[in-house]
Amino acid sequence: MEVGILAYGGYIPKSRLQRSEIFKAHAWLNPGLKGLSKGERSMANWDEDSVTMALEAARDCLTAYSRENLSAVYMASTTFPFMDRQNAGIVADALNLKSNIQTLDFASSQRAGSAALSVALQVANGADQPILFTVSEKRQTKAASPLEFTTGDGAAALLVGKGEVIAKHLGTYSETVDFVDHYRGEGEAFDYMWEERWVRDEGYFKIVPDVINGLLSKTGISAADVTTFCFPVAARNVAATLAKKLGFNENSVADNLQANCGETGAAHSTVMLVHALENAKAGDKILVASFGQGCDAMLFEVTEAINALPKRNGISGSLSRRKVETNYNRFLSFHKLVNLELGIRAEVDKNTGLTTHNRNRKMTQRMLGGKCSDCGTPQFPKSNMCVNEECGAIHTQEDYPFAELTATMNSYTADRLTFSPDPPAYYGMIQFAEGGRLMSDFTDIDPDEELTVGMEMRMVFRIKDHDFKRGFRRYFWKATPKMSVKKGN
Amino acid sequence: MATGIKDKVAIIGMGCSAFGERWNDNAEDLIIEAFIEAIEDAGIDKSRIDAAWFGTGIEEQHVGKSAVPLSMALRLPNIPVTRVENYCASGSEALRGAVYAVASGACDIAMAVGVEKLKDTGYGGLPQRGRGSVNDLFWANASAPGSFAQLAPAYSAKHNVGASDLKRAMAHISIKSHDNGSRNPKAHLRNKITEEKVMNAPMIAEPLGLFDCCGVSDGSAVAIVTTPEIARSLGKKDLVTVKAMQLSASNGREAQHNSWDGSHFVTTRAAAKRAYNEAGITNPREQLSLFEVHDCFSITELVTMEDLFISKEGRAVNDIMDGFFDADGKIPCQIDGGLKCFGHPIGASGLRMIYEMYLQMHGRAGERQRSEEPIFGMAHNLGGFPHQNVCSLTIIGKEGA
Repeated sequence: MEVGILAYGGYIPKSRLQRSEIFKAHAWLNPGLKGLSKGERSMANWDEDSVTMALEAARDCLTAYSRENLSAVYMASTTFPFMDRQNAGIVADALNLKSNIQTLDFASSQRAGSAALSVALQVANGADQPILFTVSEKRQTKAASPLEFTTGDGAAALLVGKGEVIAKHLGTYSETVDFVDHYRGEGEAFDYMWEERWVRDEGYFKIVPDVINGLLSKTGISAADVTTFCFPVAARNVAATLAKKLGFNENSVADNLQANCGETGAAHSTVMLVHALENAKAGDKILVASFGQGCDAMLFEVTEAINALPKRNGISGSLSRRKVETNYNRFLSFHKLVNLELGIRAEVDKNTGLTTHNRNRKMTQRMLGGKCSDCGTPQFPKSNMCVNEECGAIHTQEDYPFAELTATMNSYTADRLTFSPDPPAYYGMIQFAEGGRLMSDFTDIDPDEELTVGMEMRMVFRIKDHDFKRGFRRYFWKATPKMSVKKGN
Repeated sequence: MATGIKDKVAIIGMGCSAFGERWNDNAEDLIIEAFIEAIEDAGIDKSRIDAAWFGTGIEEQHVGKSAVPLSMALRLPNIPVTRVENYCASGSEALRGAVYAVASGACDIAMAVGVEKLKDTGYGGLPQRGRGSVNDLFWANASAPGSFAQLAPAYSAKHNVGASDLKRAMAHISIKSHDNGSRNPKAHLRNKITEEKVMNAPMIAEPLGLFDCCGVSDGSAVAIVTTPEIARSLGKKDLVTVKAMQLSASNGREAQHNSWDGSHFVTTRAAAKRAYNEAGITNPREQLSLFEVHDCFSITELVTMEDLFISKEGRAVNDIMDGFFDADGKIPCQIDGGLKCFGHPIGASGLRMIYEMYLQMHGRAGERQRSEEPIFGMAHNLGGFPHQNVCSLTIIGKEGA
């Protein structure tokens, strides 16, 4: 049976920081940044990290796909929220997957994503059930650094396995070269970069062609047959120059999403692949390469099965869910790059007892409530006694997952008193048609958009609280409007 | 078959400290101020008190745990003292303990003390704090104004009342309470306000602006209770007795079951039915003389008019705008300024409400005294959030009424 991609998913955060606003703040220091000041970059909300974005991409990828049949969850990133706590395990938990699956984190290089994908493709060959591969990035960048302009936050996911693949894996070719164009040492928050021209001439232009030619000869595909060439480099013309050198068609060079998203680090090769798959037709050959102390290159051939893939957001859908951010100060604050007076209310200790966390993990991470086996009433959280006053049965609650259910909003407020990293704090009562409700935090609320009683909300997995004192963060689900409607429309 | 509390217990002494930002006073200083007034009013020696109940809500901000701080503050002679906490209804709970103790015959004379010292946080509003280790994992990041604010959109949606009409009625509530507070020398906020000021105030939690929110205050209140017989033996005349004491606690229906629409208080309705029944009141709109409600926010007062079955459902806005609840209206509500202006030192608030009803019954309310002689006075004391709360209702009145 053929091995390849069974489904794809993508996630780009809603906020798009205008690069012109970043430049405005730094023009006094470095007028040379003007060249980077066009377009916009995606910007994770304060309650998003690589894990929450990977999860969103994974949910998108698993649209209409049974979560029972997965053998593994891989996550790749260079910005894992936890150094010692498996991040893929958090993703698997929030997906409410069975526990007898393999979970693995891949890290330490911009090639982490392509490395994980190539491993997934190899393992899938001998696996009975598909592997969910996720890759996600939320980079910390120095203020006024070129990376601050060119990077973006985002994630992608692929379901890798055998059977009705939408894209057949034709081959992978890798070379490892310890070419250090940038690095981030132990305990360091930021990347240290070397001159761009050198990276281009001695890195991209010397290492990548060998790898791609290796892949073409290994797979027996000619350069002219490559329909789409995904090469995630922010710098202009690098991919086009490579394509020309390699003999690819002029129009094969995929959009690097620099104008409307930014480069999502280790996730970007997969983000670009997902974006390419969204518009691909059967027979297309997509070549994905990624650079970082060497190069990985993979070739896929799109099959007829892509026409039957259920609709999903993907990267294009994520990009169209967009809120223009013109406040660079908010970006700085979310990244703790400016020390704002957040008030004494912000000082409340957010310590999480690990025993408490573990005991309530199904409730908080899987959003499992209960459903009474006597009267059928669902409730959140699960409890010993049924909430239905007509019932009140004891110990009749069976696990009932709420995360994928649509809720309607009953009441809401925009609270300027309570501490929030992004005031006002929006929250309100939401309820599920089948039963069950929750006074829930809202997230990704655009003040220019309508909040109305009765509107539909979907649940998203987010950071509930940061415990900066101990380096912990706890996650929980929040509600966000399913459709956004601009005020006055 | 329970016969209820009606006329079994008389209030013989009450005291209340001035409420406000008492920067230079500890909780113990506030307690002694209210206690001296109450014990002098009762005209008894401290040694006659058989037991005491101590209500406070956020003890970690001031006295710490247990009843010992009260026993020490008043140098009580090793009598039973119990600390009670039930959110913002803690003061009413202290009174309930004392009243029930006297009614049971376990005590001849009992005392209820409520106190709160809130102005030691370094910021305005109630203290931001943990809500319990499990709750912190999943409860919304909600403040009190944000929780109560949600009554407004839910009420608007249910009764088809426009947001601006609702906001104007809410403004009337606050203007009325400021008018009343201006006549109360112990009140925290004594300034009069205008509708324009209310409508243009900074937003706290939509749609609640600054003037839709009550004051956060330091203060203490005290009640001394006994049997009508002992009261008479002490020479007391025109006794004010307890007619009803009811408490209702949420069981999770509002928070977790879809049968609640978010526009009213399930607990208030349950407690009100039982309280009127206990007091023998069949038509509260006609029989109540005046009342105090838990006006932590203007919208709370608005919906409570209906939950107490005084305004018909969906008609509170009309009654409010008609002046029905103004100081010179049919049934004055918050004639002392309410939580809004008298202030809201959590543990003291329930007792403060009773204090005002008691003063009015005895014709001792000074400039704000109701001219029409009061017969029944009610105190509605809420704790928690609309979706999970406790509601205490206490009715007092002239003995025999």
